[in-house]
Amino acid sequence: MYKTPDGEEIFIIDGHTHMWDGSPENQRNIHGKQFVECFYAYHTALSPPEELWTLEQFSKYGPQKMYNDLFVDGPDDMAILQSTYLKDFYKKGFNTIEQNAEVAKAYPDRFICNGSFDPRDGELALEYIHFMKETYDIQGVKLYTAEWKGDSRGWKLNDPNAYRCFELCEKLGIKNIHVHKGPTIIPLDKDAFDVHDVDHAATDFQGLNWIIEHCGLPRLDDFCWIAVQETNVYGGLAVAMPFIHGKPHYFAEVMSELLFWLGEDKLLFASDYAIWTPKWIVDKFMAYELPDEIKKERGVDLTMESKKKIMGLNAAKLYGIDIDAKKKKLENETIAVAAE
Amino acid sequence: MDRRTREHHLAEVWERLGEVTDPELDEPVTELGFVERVDVDAAGVVEVDFRLPTYWCAANFAFLMVDDIRIAVEGADWVKGVKPKLQDHMYADEVNRGVGDALSFKDAFGKLASDGTLDDVRKKFRIKAFQRRQEMVLRALRRQGFDDASLVEMDLGTLEALSIEDEEGTRQKPRYLRILREFGCAPEPGAPAFVTPDGDRITAAAFQKHMEELRGVRINMEFNGAICRGLLSTRYKEAKLDGEEPTLVDFIHGNVPARARARSPADAE
Repeated sequence: MYKTPDGEEIFIIDGHTHMWDGSPENQRNIHGKQFVECFYAYHTALSPPEELWTLEQFSKYGPQKMYNDLFVDGPDDMAILQSTYLKDFYKKGFNTIEQNAEVAKAYPDRFICNGSFDPRDGELALEYIHFMKETYDIQGVKLYTAEWKGDSRGWKLNDPNAYRCFELCEKLGIKNIHVHKGPTIIPLDKDAFDVHDVDHAATDFQGLNWIIEHCGLPRLDDFCWIAVQETNVYGGLAVAMPFIHGKPHYFAEVMSELLFWLGEDKLLFASDYAIWTPKWIVDKFMAYELPDEIKKERGVDLTMESKKKIMGLNAAKLYGIDIDAKKKKLENETIAVAAE
Repeated sequence: MDRRTREHHLAEVWERLGEVTDPELDEPVTELGFVERVDVDAAGVVEVDFRLPTYWCAANFAFLMVDDIRIAVEGADWVKGVKPKLQDHMYADEVNRGVGDALSFKDAFGKLASDGTLDDVRKKFRIKAFQRRQEMVLRALRRQGFDDASLVEMDLGTLEALSIEDEEGTRQKPRYLRILREFGCAPEPGAPAFVTPDGDRITAAAFQKHMEELRGVRINMEFNGAICRGLLSTRYKEAKLDGEEPTLVDFIHGNVPARARARSPADAE
């Protein structure tokens, strides 16, 4: 829970978090080593110096530290766990639904556990969606269109196989489709994180919510152009948020574009834990004001109302969370944890 | 080769490398810290060691830059051969072999590369570079008090003669003029100073929209720039001990010599 200086409580849902194991013991090959080191470079490049972890800590932190960083030291009330398998790089996978489910099971009121699938698996992907629904009752998935598979260098949201998966998701009530469209990892000569496929899928599946993680950065203009035409497209702020520390003016420009094109009802806060921890990001964001010249240039503002929506109300709507009921439950949990 | 000639050659290579840009960022590879080492041997063969912010950086961009390095260095008449060497990259071997044997990207990468040539990529990013440079100059002029109407009307001769007050604008003006010529958009001093990448005049009515488009391009490029610089500095963090205290990152990366470690009150806590 975050409290404003005048004592108002702001409910915070962290829209994009991970429980991963990138440790040397789990690395299958050099790619596994390079992958977690690349994440770590994001961590050190954009975190304030006093928030830095060691690489060893960053590679494997475990459920207890995660709980502490998000909910005890950090201001989160709830967090959405996203899955990233990477089984070609890691023996047990980097961040599978099993790993996420472990921490979600320990703190069921705190976490929403999302799955993932790869439409290139064909029938198996459909079976896997059934499995995840039955086993973990997932309400959402996180998809990586740029992931390599055999000779394939990625896939598009509007591929026929993907459409069969989305039809099934719609049928099973898996309504929130988070899609990674952000900084490119492992692209070759085609841009698998190009955002134009979002346009087709969002138009053809009006019953699903499309949360575009990282807002398409560095293709923000393309993303904004698509999002403005689709009522069911949202922007996930992971990776954009930490710029608030090192490049606040740049952060203001990105936020003003998003507020102008998508508006405050379509943006979701995320720390991208464990790349960054939520405490400093939330503190800075809640205290942040857009510079006057940007407000004037774009005709937008980041008010306390906007902040409340971005920090939790928007995600609560997508995931059907009754905030008042949740608050009561969490108070009991906090007492129970403190008593342990 | 005597020492003076060698130093002269080295300086010329660095100068030529300063003209090679990262296509995505439109910044010289030398300023980005991508060129790690340059050497010239007695036979006039030049070695250039090249590194990128991550192991995963796009192979097509890596190939473009390494190939551009080869072309830029070969431009010196004393050069008998160039050995650019990309390091610590998932496709280092393919890129080094491909550029060394003057293969096309398609031939170097075989079935990993999909259709479309690198020239298309190069062209797409040159347009972005054109737009970014133009926006930086326009913004500098706006800050200097020029209104939109006078910017639309401004001709090339006037822009060339103008002195720009701020640092970024001063740096970008010659770069903008160069890319204007490269695009064939600067035929004579009376031509308009600010045109689209196709060479079309921008009307007063369309100017605001034009600026918005340029702003979008810059925001994307700045994102890449900030990420790339940050990642590179983490990856190849070098000890900064000339007066500056080492930071936690230095300790984590083991870049702090024992002497400084013993002296420093902070440890990797």
